Amino acid sequence: MARITASVYTSHVPAIGAALDLGKTHEPYWQKVFSGYEYSKQWLRETKPDVIFLVYNDHATAFSLDLIPTFAIGTAAQYQPADEGWGPRPVPTVMGHPDLAAHIAQSVIQDDFDLTIVNKMDVDHGLTVPLSLMCGQQDKDSGAWPCPVIPFAVNVVQYPVPSGRRCFNLGRAIRKAVESYDEPLNVQIWGTGGMSHQLQGPRAGLINAEWDKRFLDRLIAEPEALAQVPHIDYVREAGSEGIELVMWLIARGAMSDHAPAVKHRFYHVPASNTAVGHLILENT
Amino acid sequence: MALDKPYLDVPGTTIFDAEQSRKGYWLNQFCMSLMKAPNRERFLADAKAYLDEWPMTQAQKDAVLARDLNRCIAEGGNIYFLAKIGATYGKSFQQMAGSMTGMTEEEYRDMMIAGGRSVEGNRHPGEDGSAQPQHQPQGSAAKAGF
Repeated sequence: MARITASVYTSHVPAIGAALDLGKTHEPYWQKVFSGYEYSKQWLRETKPDVIFLVYNDHATAFSLDLIPTFAIGTAAQYQPADEGWGPRPVPTVMGHPDLAAHIAQSVIQDDFDLTIVNKMDVDHGLTVPLSLMCGQQDKDSGAWPCPVIPFAVNVVQYPVPSGRRCFNLGRAIRKAVESYDEPLNVQIWGTGGMSHQLQGPRAGLINAEWDKRFLDRLIAEPEALAQVPHIDYVREAGSEGIELVMWLIARGAMSDHAPAVKHRFYHVPASNTAVGHLILENT
Repeated sequence: MALDKPYLDVPGTTIFDAEQSRKGYWLNQFCMSLMKAPNRERFLADAKAYLDEWPMTQAQKDAVLARDLNRCIAEGGNIYFLAKIGATYGKSFQQMAGSMTGMTEEEYRDMMIAGGRSVEGNRHPGEDGSAQPQHQPQGSAAKAGF
């Protein structure tokens, strides 16, 4: 049977993608960010996932105000990098895993989580920046991502977004779904977005390193209690866009109930407007 | 019974909820149109004419023409949608975010490198942090907007 072996957590700042795409990675400003992912690239090469289940949010790209799904699972064979207004990122097409995705959709919906099924969508920086950080730069044509990816988009743009508790329990349902898939696949789940940041209004630029570090501690040690934190605490303490961190609870909920092994932890301020947080946890 | 909206009193912050979304529907949908290169070219060639193709309010159009993101948000815009206006003008997210503070690009960048804006004094109304109304604008930017 398939199993979830590890989870990865990372911010998905668009400027990180721009720094890679425009060849700025050697600038000291960006070196500090990328240094936190050197271990991770090696780790990913060694752990060789068969599929990555990638939790992210769409930033008004595939979903306009016409349609706002709270949870959307990608069941397509492939996804093109989106043109978000700057032109599409020059990165490879993302290959999907329609069979496992459809299996997870069926299992999770029967477990009372009403997912939206998406057979056609472009993917934005929320999905491609984590891939670039973890896999290194990949040429649009000659490069490739290391394995198929199942995109899982969460609405964190229009309030109300799903609660931390709902996200954590959804993660548990995803774990159960993966474990009921017959093929022996090595599946990783990634939770992306955050950490503290605010992109709007006179309060733009808010960072709360103390709150972020406590979030990382609790995500490792007491995720179920962390999942009880209400939205307003994220907004007040970690900025209006810090709410993206609820997505990390989906990935954490998909891990086993035993204490995980902490393979890597990194925190840095800033990347553009944002505090960059990154964790790798393995099931023990 | 009224819905519980505990997020209305965060200083310097507008939460994009269903009410804002309804108010800003056409403003945000106009922004989505800028994801296509030919539309970006038409907008850059004549922004006013392009905006007139959309059923937006005059206040929304004026806010876009002034490139004033605080005004766009007050008219129902959401930053992820509005970012497409900035992208069309070749601006980064940092330039856009900074433009809402009254700081110059350099002042805002320096604040971020120094660890970002502190949450102290910026959690609740009536405190004395940098995002509070009595401290606006915060920097020496010559104009509102990017």
